Amino acid sequence: MNLFIEALSLFLQTSVQMGTHILFATLGGILCEKAGNMNLGIEGMMLMGASVGFAAALSTGDPFLAVLAAGTAGAAGALIYAIITVTLRGNQVVTGLVLAIFGAGVSGFLGKNLSGKSLPSRVTDAFAPVSIPVLRDIPVLGKMFFEQSIYVHLAIAAAVVLSVYFNRTRIGLNVRAVGENPAAADASGIAVSRYKYIHVLAGGFLCGLGGAYLSLVFVPRWQENITAGAGWIAVALIIFSRWDPLKAIAAAYAFGALKGIGFKFQNIDLVVFGNRIVFSPQLLDMIPYVATIAVLVLTSRGLVSKTRHRRGFGPAALGSAYFREER
Amino acid sequence: MIRIVSRTEPTRFGENLLRGGAVFAALAASSLVMLFLGYNPLEVYGRMISGSLGTAYRFRETINKTIPLVVLSLGIAVAFRMKFWNIGAEGQFYLGAFGATLAAVSFPSLPAVILLPLMFIFAFFFGGMWALLPAVLRARFAASETLTTLMLNYVAVKWISYLQYGPWKDPSAQGFPKIANFPQNAILPKVLGIHAGWIIALVLVVLLYILLSKSTLGYEIDVLGESEATARYAGMNVFRITIAAVMLSGGLAGVAGMMQASAIEHTLSDQLSGGLGFTAVITTWLARLSPPLIVAVSFLFALLLQGASFLQSSMKIPASVADILQGIIIFFVLGSEFSVRYRFAFDREGKK
Repeated sequence: MNLFIEALSLFLQTSVQMGTHILFATLGGILCEKAGNMNLGIEGMMLMGASVGFAAALSTGDPFLAVLAAGTAGAAGALIYAIITVTLRGNQVVTGLVLAIFGAGVSGFLGKNLSGKSLPSRVTDAFAPVSIPVLRDIPVLGKMFFEQSIYVHLAIAAAVVLSVYFNRTRIGLNVRAVGENPAAADASGIAVSRYKYIHVLAGGFLCGLGGAYLSLVFVPRWQENITAGAGWIAVALIIFSRWDPLKAIAAAYAFGALKGIGFKFQNIDLVVFGNRIVFSPQLLDMIPYVATIAVLVLTSRGLVSKTRHRRGFGPAALGSAYFREER
Repeated sequence: MIRIVSRTEPTRFGENLLRGGAVFAALAASSLVMLFLGYNPLEVYGRMISGSLGTAYRFRETINKTIPLVVLSLGIAVAFRMKFWNIGAEGQFYLGAFGATLAAVSFPSLPAVILLPLMFIFAFFFGGMWALLPAVLRARFAASETLTTLMLNYVAVKWISYLQYGPWKDPSAQGFPKIANFPQNAILPKVLGIHAGWIIALVLVVLLYILLSKSTLGYEIDVLGESEATARYAGMNVFRITIAAVMLSGGLAGVAGMMQASAIEHTLSDQLSGGLGFTAVITTWLARLSPPLIVAVSFLFALLLQGASFLQSSMKIPASVADILQGIIIFFVLGSEFSVRYRFAFDREGKK
């Protein structure tokens, strides 16, 4: 029994570690979408954050500056997106897709000189797991939350702050108004474009942090396409978590768990009727993507009440440009 | 005050002038980026042009890159016209290549005149089925096809990796994870020095042009794209049209995969596409879903890709620069759509 609890707590700890970058990205996406902008460029912004954060850590040796640089890189990607979709009313879907490719290009270019290098110990020490005495010994959940890098706590804190922001503050309500009905928000004196800019940029900042979690904490090295599609999974998890930052925590960690399972199964030897069963790492790698599709199917119509035929509970004006003169 | 007002009657000429201006502005912006990175933009552009058009060999390489882009874009255009956002050309490309390889592996002794068409059919079928899955999920569960097609890209690549590292690993490759090369009869022949895919691509362009703008199905696809309710009201069989269009979309991507595996790589690998399926989404959109324009835009993008790969060898500029340049150019074109539709109006002070 003790062994079981130990295994379970280790599993939960790993799930959190493997889902933290997805959590950042999902939160970033929620911020952006609450203001009515669908940004499919999450993958690109994560990659920019991962490469710039790593480069900053190498050149400055300062963990705080590295994180700041990563977020700024993500926000810079978001700025391009915001100029095109908010000011110039460009197509949000296509702009996001291009941002994904552009970000991959930028990170690939920067990354040419980064691969193979290891971070200064000042940075790795700063992000090493912090083991909090007493609390870490809580059965099952102890290691999950109290033997983690401070970067992991940052993601959880961001989720809680966002939840309070959207549900308990005046400005947060205004953001939701912009996402639901920009014309009405505009009429009531909310500066729609400014709101959109700020939240698209803040969302990009969080996505950048998510990418840097991989290159600074989890891996921690630079490798080409380090995100491996996590940005796209985040896009699906935004829908899955119903644009709710607290549900995003659970969603992201559940996906971390799926990745963890795939990872662990590679080393398991199963013998059935004398035949050794080997789990192919390539087939196990499919799990998160297949699960994302399953999640989409489950959340799209099946679980949504019949009165709301819109996809999930997304902001009503999501994806459409707001143009005052055409109101 | 500066206001934004709609342009009343944008002329065709004015529109294209603005788009041309956007590309020019994009090249200027790219030049600044290159200067910033420490390269001489004039030298870079010069080498890109000579690297993609300079010699007969380089020109053939450019055409080799144009062919899959054209076929992939045609496929994407069919889906996009119906407002079915198929971002999964990459995965359908791989499934098509898988289908073609399956045919080649299963019937290795058939003569080329039979085997190649069989590979074509297999590729079309597997690519089409891979696209049909998201269509069914959308029809049945309203699952966003943008995301399901995207996820299936990753699943498809992992599937090819699985074959490459597992069941289809070539035992004679000394432990190196690769799939055995195609037999000679499974390789597309060359016509005028370039693999026969260019003929297939041109035929497909003409067929698709006729299908999309002259045929009943093309008309039905357009109506369905405008409004599903209208299509139903007009008595169209929405289900049948969707299936046909989506199968065609994925099937074409599959054919591109078959041509790439058969004519270029002579084998199947998880590196086969090199991101062409994503680039094709952009070329399709830039070509505004029109088959003739697709040829032109794909050729221009092939110049960019081939030019960039030449830069890689001659100036040691990494291949990712091509992605960056693509991104910048499209950002500007996306931005220019604004000036096609709207203009800034400056209100004079004191005017009522």
